[in-house]
Amino acid sequence: MTGVLAQAAQGAPGEVVGSTAEFWVFVVTAVVALWTGVSVIVLRNAVHAALMLVINFFAIAVLYAVLEAQFLAVVQIIVYAGAIMVLFLFVLMLLGITSETRFTERVRGQRTAAVLLGVALLVLLVGAGAGPYLGSDAICPAQAGSGDLCVGLQARNNNGNVAGVGRLLFTTYMWPFEVTSALLVIAALGAMVLGKRHRADEDVTDRPPDSAGALDDDEDTDVEAAGVRGELVAAGDDRPPGREERP
Amino acid sequence: MSGVPVGWYIALSAALFTTGLVGVLVRRSVVVMFMCIELMLNSVNLALITFSRVHGNLDGQVLSFFVIVVAAAEVTVGLALIVNLFRLMGSTDADDPDRLRS
Repeated sequence: MTGVLAQAAQGAPGEVVGSTAEFWVFVVTAVVALWTGVSVIVLRNAVHAALMLVINFFAIAVLYAVLEAQFLAVVQIIVYAGAIMVLFLFVLMLLGITSETRFTERVRGQRTAAVLLGVALLVLLVGAGAGPYLGSDAICPAQAGSGDLCVGLQARNNNGNVAGVGRLLFTTYMWPFEVTSALLVIAALGAMVLGKRHRADEDVTDRPPDSAGALDDDEDTDVEAAGVRGELVAAGDDRPPGREERP
Repeated sequence: MSGVPVGWYIALSAALFTTGLVGVLVRRSVVVMFMCIELMLNSVNLALITFSRVHGNLDGQVLSFFVIVVAAAEVTVGLALIVNLFRLMGSTDADDPDRLRS
């Protein structure tokens, strides 16, 4: 992708190899990514936050493509925006949690402290990690030939990014790749075991049919759900029967 | 202005990581905290891919691929745990499960 952008820029006379197209793509995508990232933690509605996160994943996928990682850009869209976010939205819809009910913070001043710590960490990370490389001499294609950095990705992507990553994955990183497959199987098994229903008394969603039937009405489901939840919260306060008998 | 210095990608990655971290600290809903963790993982991936380009080899991209795989596995188990938590507690507030046994 960057090769294409660089070629497009080379067509214009008097242009450096590092293209203006990359600059503008970066600016727009970075603004979108930051905006949606902040929206995720600011928006009260969890579904809105999830949708903002999807936009954020797409923006980051664009950045991957600009950084000559086409395979990962597509994987990002398929796995993150496709699979993981669908899972998140499934859970949000299944549980019916849309917004946080309680706004009070349990630890005083937690929010202010968190934001202050975040700003401090940001200053530290940008100052230490990004500070030396913010100048125009850190533009990669302009540096080609001057040092040994930022050269060679084009050569490794010669047969395509997928072939390059695949060759590395199946030669150098063969053993981690196999371990990964085991990890995925274990995760799937774990999710199955955790998702299994145990018919326990304290199970909130496995209430007897008379109270669950009230939820089946199409209208005022929200009111009913709020009522049930309020009742549960109230029950949680004065320890429902069945919990006291436990040793 | 032409081209993008490497530091800008790293700065964006740092900003996204900080956003996710503040989100984990500030939000009460477990699901949103989980989404913020995904945000942090993504920012780390962005830094890895930037370094992969800087060094001119594909190792960073492979490591980023592994991070994506681990994130997928983590989401599977984590969301199952959240569903179980909701069954027990009736909410997904992170402050609610404050007892070791019910």
